[in-house]
Amino acid sequence: MFFDLQIFADKAAVITDEGEQLTYRELLLESEKIAAHIPSGSFTFTLCENHLGAIAGYVAMLNNHKAQVLLDAEKDLETIRQLAAAYQPDYYWLPEHRAEEFISARLANTENEYSYKGYCLLRQKTHSTTPVHPDLLLCLTTSGSTGSPKFVRISESNLRSNTEAIAEYLSINQQERPITSLPLYYSFGMSVLNSNLLRGATILLTDKAIVQREFWDFLKKEQATSIAGVPYTYETLKAFRFFRMNLPYLQTMIQAGGKLNADIVKEYAVYAQANGKRFFVMYGQTEASPRISYLPADRAIDKYQSIGIAVPGGRMVVMNEEGEEVTLPYTDGELVYYGPNVCLGYAECREDLLKGDENHGCLHTGDLAHFDEEGFFYITGRLKRFVKVWGNRCNLDAIEQLVKTLTTDCACVGVDDLITVYVTKDHLSESIINLLSSKTGLHPQAFHVISIPSIPKMESGKIDYIRLHN
Amino acid sequence: MNNLETYNKVFCDKLQITEQQLATARLKGLPTWDSVGHMTLLAALEDAFDIFIEPEDMMALNSYEEGKNILRKYDVEL
Repeated sequence: MFFDLQIFADKAAVITDEGEQLTYRELLLESEKIAAHIPSGSFTFTLCENHLGAIAGYVAMLNNHKAQVLLDAEKDLETIRQLAAAYQPDYYWLPEHRAEEFISARLANTENEYSYKGYCLLRQKTHSTTPVHPDLLLCLTTSGSTGSPKFVRISESNLRSNTEAIAEYLSINQQERPITSLPLYYSFGMSVLNSNLLRGATILLTDKAIVQREFWDFLKKEQATSIAGVPYTYETLKAFRFFRMNLPYLQTMIQAGGKLNADIVKEYAVYAQANGKRFFVMYGQTEASPRISYLPADRAIDKYQSIGIAVPGGRMVVMNEEGEEVTLPYTDGELVYYGPNVCLGYAECREDLLKGDENHGCLHTGDLAHFDEEGFFYITGRLKRFVKVWGNRCNLDAIEQLVKTLTTDCACVGVDDLITVYVTKDHLSESIINLLSSKTGLHPQAFHVISIPSIPKMESGKIDYIRLHN
Repeated sequence: MNNLETYNKVFCDKLQITEQQLATARLKGLPTWDSVGHMTLLAALEDAFDIFIEPEDMMALNSYEEGKNILRKYDVEL
């Protein structure tokens, strides 16, 4: 059992914006029923919407150790088809309104194995004979994936240790009422759900966005106590004059999914302190299931530029180029994390789901960092070529590969929330933006195409990204 | 360009839709009209008509048609 649902009995586990309610006892009963239809060793594609059916299926598989991958239910059929070809899922837990599409595409059998609250379980046409590794519990996409079929493999003990650590440092209890401001398939959204269900909190479930009035009507009606957001969420909240809203019950604000501008962090920290609330800056990666560090709320003002300290049970170190641990404060090196929540490894196909632990509790984050004399860590740059776009990780090399299907002479650089594509041909802007937006699922606003006479190269012939960047 | 033409152009440009799609355009009803698209649209409307949209109206502006009603509150003749 991942969650001890029994002990919270008649407490509400989930309340939806459509007025539905599910107690912990009901969630337990329903999850047992769903799980009974899924054999051990199988692999399920869970297509997530922020709806009751998705949560019931997700909890069913988590609690009964059935491996699943969480996918965005809005993903187009072609993407799902490619993933299905690579991973040969045994089952799909998906919204009923998409079932026909999957059956017509010959991905699934016509027979509906089980259904609950607008979700149904379909079996794949051709069953895989490869069981998954017994330790494997969950797969997540490397967020904002560029259509790449790469999954992060997470074991039960990875997820459990991180869920407990988060619940501990946020002091989550039964009185907590978090509103789902993030999607469930996104590792941050998932971790909010997990850490709250673990402690018997009541999830306020909505698929509305924070820019919709319905979101705020629900938040106020049900008196949400906590809200989670990526940097873009907190920028938007500011535009909505969040600081002037009267929300006495909203006690905790948590931020992760990329670096929020330090001045904005400070504004939220000051606001929180003045109003008896807590603001937490956190840092993580899907590979850490997903949380790595947090800035304790009582240090948010004086350490507003910091990602804080390692989560309980974990350890962060800075490593120099020789692979040695840096002991001097303010010395930059790669941020390396050690902890029981470091994932087993990656997968790119079904056979990879048989693999065991390849990381042994050590994660090279690809971020450059240093720490101060008090042991608080600061991100100073990046080793790997990726940026975060509205909380979603985007690999610039993968973006470049996508653009190459349209024009081979191209190069991508980026900062958080904006990827710039350089090409040497004119009039490609629209087709490149359309392609990237449809493949990544990101708003077209994330991409900017610039035409230049030639792509700068170094003597070695490699693209000179630094010159492009400047 | 009159105000209605400007209004239509902002919607078409920012949400990347055609004039034919305007009448049915709704927040979260289009892939391009998500949270990011919404904030971009609001900023463009503020620029185009030199107005400052109140937060309550930012949340209320959830369709092409509703947007017209809201802009009228800011003395924009449509």
